[in-house]
Amino acid sequence: MKNDVKVSVRNLYKIFGDDPQGALTHVRAGMSKSELLEKHNHVLGLQDINIDMRDGEITVIMGLSGSGKSTLIRHLNRLIEPTAGEIEVEGNNVLAYNENALRTLRREWMSMVFQKFALLPHRTVLENTGMALSVRGYSVADFESEAIHWLNRVGLEGHGNQYPHQLSGGMQQRVGIARALTSNAPIMLMDEAFSALDPLIRTDMQELLLDLQSELKKTIVFITHDLDESLKLADNLVILKEGYVVQQGEPQEILLNPNDSYIKDFISDINRARVLRVKSVMTHTTEKPEQCAGEVNERDNLESIIARSEGHTDKVYRVMAEDRQVGTLSMKQLMKALVPPLQENTPSEGADAKSETQTA
Amino acid sequence: MASYDFVFSALGLEKWCSAEQSSAPMSMADLLAKTKGTDPDAEISLWNTPFPSMDALNASCGAFPQSRDLTKGLEQGFLSIKDALSVVLDPITQPLSWFLDTALYGMLTAPWWIIIPLLLVVVQLVTKSFKLVAFVGVCLSLLAFIDYYEYAMQTLSIILVCAFLCVLIGVPIGIAMSRSNMMQRLSIPVLDMLQTLPPFVYLIPLIFLFSVTESKLYGIAIILYAIVPVIRLTNLGIRLVDKDVIEAADAFGMTDRQKLYRVQIPLALPNIMAGVNQTIMMSLAMVVIASLVSAPGLGVLVLRGIRNLELGVGLVAGLGIVILAVILDRVTKASLARINSAQKH
Repeated sequence: MKNDVKVSVRNLYKIFGDDPQGALTHVRAGMSKSELLEKHNHVLGLQDINIDMRDGEITVIMGLSGSGKSTLIRHLNRLIEPTAGEIEVEGNNVLAYNENALRTLRREWMSMVFQKFALLPHRTVLENTGMALSVRGYSVADFESEAIHWLNRVGLEGHGNQYPHQLSGGMQQRVGIARALTSNAPIMLMDEAFSALDPLIRTDMQELLLDLQSELKKTIVFITHDLDESLKLADNLVILKEGYVVQQGEPQEILLNPNDSYIKDFISDINRARVLRVKSVMTHTTEKPEQCAGEVNERDNLESIIARSEGHTDKVYRVMAEDRQVGTLSMKQLMKALVPPLQENTPSEGADAKSETQTA
Repeated sequence: MASYDFVFSALGLEKWCSAEQSSAPMSMADLLAKTKGTDPDAEISLWNTPFPSMDALNASCGAFPQSRDLTKGLEQGFLSIKDALSVVLDPITQPLSWFLDTALYGMLTAPWWIIIPLLLVVVQLVTKSFKLVAFVGVCLSLLAFIDYYEYAMQTLSIILVCAFLCVLIGVPIGIAMSRSNMMQRLSIPVLDMLQTLPPFVYLIPLIFLFSVTESKLYGIAIILYAIVPVIRLTNLGIRLVDKDVIEAADAFGMTDRQKLYRVQIPLALPNIMAGVNQTIMMSLAMVVIASLVSAPGLGVLVLRGIRNLELGVGLVAGLGIVILAVILDRVTKASLARINSAQKH
């Protein structure tokens, strides 16, 4: 069962330049991004974006630098004004809000975590954590217990009286997350929140986020350029390229059925055994298989099944979800799923295209 | 026959020229030429042709204004609006006189054994450095020991009042500049002019506007001269505040006022304080020049040294100014360093 749509983006366009409305007519008539830049000197930031972000889910927006993902997330709380389109939060059109309503939206509905932390350097960790509440007019005494609660929750007991520069990058971002949580907003925007952290700390933070999310069930919009990170976190994955949505849906679904050579290039060198889960490759059936080699959980990844099978390719497992069988998984199916879908173009060309996009 | 007769004849303006013969008194050059007996109308070679300046054109055409008419016109223009200007400016600037007179009176009537410890306490509060307090104590005692205490305190109180007013006026102007590019475009030429105009030039129109006996005369000159750095650096400091932090402030729904007081000013404070330091140093420079228009203090002694060729008095007073400058610079820099260390990134 799908949750309700919390934030919905409809036909969103953003064009940077002197006359965005004029350029918009060209874009709607089918002019490409490069052509628009060359002929009219306008940059097409976002092009016809349609995304539904559901309540209690993590929507990950992934793309390389310049794909417009940071621009997109800033439209949700209108740090950037769109050229055309609609943004609805629980059915209310955000673009129709006046200054006061917008401020209320930012204060009480949406919190944000930033790539470069963006803490106030002259305030203590505690004051930073309570920033959202102090903006609403509460004093330190009012929000202290709330702020300390969330600081403890993100693992920063006893750091409340330090200043941000005394903390490491990972700890500063924990403050950033605690600050967003203290605002108690149902929607959390995370703009490349873990990109500035080193890999080990990043993994820690991802665990922390998943842990918090299983408890809090917020609507999280997460921006990243890292495919592994997006596959790990996403309930709903949106892949952006040059300002338009290439594909969106469940991450496992995208991994198994990429609809674009760009995405195929992207997913060609990830560890599929670790990312794919039993649920997405199994056969749906409630019949018990013959020669059942054991029970596995539908959320297990394929790597753990391979480890269990000890290399035997003829085993069949029963797939369970909450003590009920939901399907069967044979090792043959599993092995097939580990091979990435064949490239339409030759491998060497694909590799070239990828290195180009990375350097660009 | 002057060089540019042909211009006026070509334009058909001979009539206008001869109709209004210049009634201005004879210029020095004409007088010299006359006494030497050289004929001014002699043919001039191409090599010696003068630039078509106002005076050269006037030689050809009596009705054309001379360059001294320009300066004279400016002067008369100023004099004609002077009365109206003083009616407006006098009451506005009157508080400045009160501030300066009160500060001077207070500093000089209170006994030295109150003033010196009071200054040391202020230094301690601003810098939290006992070393600096000891240094300032030694310097002030030295000045007092050679009987320059009174002059030094006069200079100091003028500087403190003027620098305080500079900050009071300059910081809001700087903030306004940082918020509007239009305001910045309009202000920068004015600031450039204030900063490059030779300091003596400030004094001339002020002498016409205000009575020389009033202390606001030199007060205004000092403020105009010293206010520039605090405005510039406030503007710069606020514009340099980390864009990410500003974005975070917006994203959490801060109002403009909250953003200004909680984010922009605190983060711009190191730059603003650097501006305050510069402002204090520049008011010290101007307070010496302002002694020409009756500003009391060490500058008067310097002036006496020049006027009467009293070498010793001039040198000692000059050294006294150096000591004051060092004290003020060290104290403001130490407090700046304290602010900087409090908000490292």
